[in-house]
Amino acid sequence: MSSALPTEYLTPTGREEAWRFTPLKRIAGLHDPAVSVVDRISIELFGKARAGFDISTAKASELPARSITTDAIVQRLRSEVTEVLHLKIDNEAVVSEPILLKRNAGGSGEFSRTVITAGAHSKASVIVENTGDGIIGEEIEIRVEAGASLTFITLQEWGQNAVHMGRHHAIVGRDANFRSITVTIGGSLVRLLPTVEYSDQGSAAELWGIYFATDGQHLEHRVFIDHGIPRAKSRVNYKGVLAGDGARTVWIGDVFIRHNAEGTDTYELNKNLLLSDGARADSVPNLEIETGEIVGAGHASTTGRFDDEQLFYLMSRGISMNEARRLVIRGFFTEIVDKIGDEVIQERLMTQIDSQLEKLGA
Amino acid sequence: MAQLVIRDLEVSVEGESGSLEILRGVDLTVNSGEVHAIMGPNGSGKSTLAYSIAGHPKYSVIGGSVTLDGVDVLEMSVDERAKAGLFLAMQYPVEVPGVSVANFLRAAATALRGEAPKVRTWVGEVKEAMSRLSIDPAFSERSVNEGFSGGEKKRLEILQMKVLRPKIAILDETDSGLDIDALRIVSDGVNRVKGEQNLGIMLITHYTRILRYIKPDYVHVFAGGKIVEEGGPELADRLEEKGYAQYAKA
Ligand SMILES: Nc1ncnc2c1ncn2[C@@H]1O[C@H](COP(=O)(O)OP(=O)(O)OP(=O)(O)O)[C@@H](O)[C@H]1O
Ligand SMILES: [Mg+2]
Repeated sequence: MSSALPTEYLTPTGREEAWRFTPLKRIAGLHDPAVSVVDRISIELFGKARAGFDISTAKASELPARSITTDAIVQRLRSEVTEVLHLKIDNEAVVSEPILLKRNAGGSGEFSRTVITAGAHSKASVIVENTGDGIIGEEIEIRVEAGASLTFITLQEWGQNAVHMGRHHAIVGRDANFRSITVTIGGSLVRLLPTVEYSDQGSAAELWGIYFATDGQHLEHRVFIDHGIPRAKSRVNYKGVLAGDGARTVWIGDVFIRHNAEGTDTYELNKNLLLSDGARADSVPNLEIETGEIVGAGHASTTGRFDDEQLFYLMSRGISMNEARRLVIRGFFTEIVDKIGDEVIQERLMTQIDSQLEKLGA
Repeated sequence: MAQLVIRDLEVSVEGESGSLEILRGVDLTVNSGEVHAIMGPNGSGKSTLAYSIAGHPKYSVIGGSVTLDGVDVLEMSVDERAKAGLFLAMQYPVEVPGVSVANFLRAAATALRGEAPKVRTWVGEVKEAMSRLSIDPAFSERSVNEGFSGGEKKRLEILQMKVLRPKIAILDETDSGLDIDALRIVSDGVNRVKGEQNLGIMLITHYTRILRYIKPDYVHVFAGGKIVEEGGPELADRLEEKGYAQYAKA
């Protein structure tokens, strides 16, 4: 595999702004061209093919990435991946049940590229469910064409040894709506780049996420919304809970409003609930504005402990401390988890969180 | 018969400038079926008394005792106090985002009854209690107290009291924030629970209007962190007329 870029550039050292939080030692060489990585697509459609969409593979050269990235791992995988998985939702199709894609990966490192195209005026919801102890470098490019409405849900329910480096990049077209829900509760090291750019006016993106880190997990989400088009809207809301020694989360929320992006309306929020002294949450919202002609731009970030008043209130009704905490944590996540819109999945996620908390004796 | 006995209770709170003594020797006994009105000026320590009995972690008991049927309440954790039969309707009920009223009530009833209430009867029980208190059924799905008006919060407190069946209830300014119709509805609710379960009530209030609906057996004047005068219902009328000036600290 050859690359046009010099090796020095490709291999992060940890001093770069983009990598300063990430434990590079645990990336299993995904970032290091000296370590070979298999080119493989382990995402599969679950259930029968249905009307309204189609899944196929294409040569990488036939389906080149449409966006620019500075991420070293994504640059590397783009240069190495030969086949791309393509999920194409037909123009004007209304797919009522979610399209469920499953990936159960394990063993050696793998790179994959996926393109999801939501055809013009289509309406669908796609769920990517990740389990196993995979070592994955991936890029999912989501093209939301004019007037389309797409909900894109990724569930990182990885095993405890999984490493997942991914970029989930949406390109949102005219009057289109993109909604993503990112749930990260499993894995040893997960670093996701949920990013959005707009290709035309009147487009909107909503990015929701929850993450739950316990002992030794490093869960990193680096959101980037690139407002380069007038009159687009973005909303970001990520919530995290950290429990147990060495639980580590990073949330970066970069929003860039370029000089021509008048009429932009953006707000981003990140809230963290720290349940142990040995846990650490970094939360860095960052707004860069080149034009004053906007509708609104704001951000907020909080990191706190349990609210004693809430626990007292619940306990004063006979609810035990553990149960009160469980209720508060469920309550904290509910706002976002409920948006998944599938009660089986919602309950499964909550139960996983409950049982992890129980293990911690929290 | 249940009996709550408070003896010489002294309580302090950690303020910004060190420890602050608020309760300075409170004596009070509440039996099942009795209504004790507690009236006193702002900041005299009424809520502190209520919170201390419920076990709020902010308050430290530095002297005295609280027992329920002879059992030391102060040794109990907050949830154990509720299980023992104590209930506090709070002056400022707490918002718990994301926890629905329905889930909350069920979790509490399960904890207090030792087993999950049977779904069939439970749903009916809650519905009936809500309708009696004129609480819209849609509130079941809302987050506990979140975005509730002052009056709605107070009704939810009494709904909980109804469903959780305590032996002794402390109502901390449950009447504040209620319009006249709501006051009647809530008072009826309290009286019904009292009648059904022979509830003992400690009713903290600033106004005699609620005492027209919930008739007190005793009225206690609270000032400077303790009870300074006691009497029958007529004492409340005298207070309304003359205010608390006569009890001002020397
Ligand atoms: N956490 C705290 N830190 C400092 N002072 C406190 C704290 N909690 C209570 N206090 C003080 O203790 C005193 C008694 O407060 P409390 O709330 O018990 O009064 P109250 O009689 O219920 O008043 P109100 O009629 O206004 O409800 C007040 O002076 C109050 O400021
Ligand atoms: Mg008070």
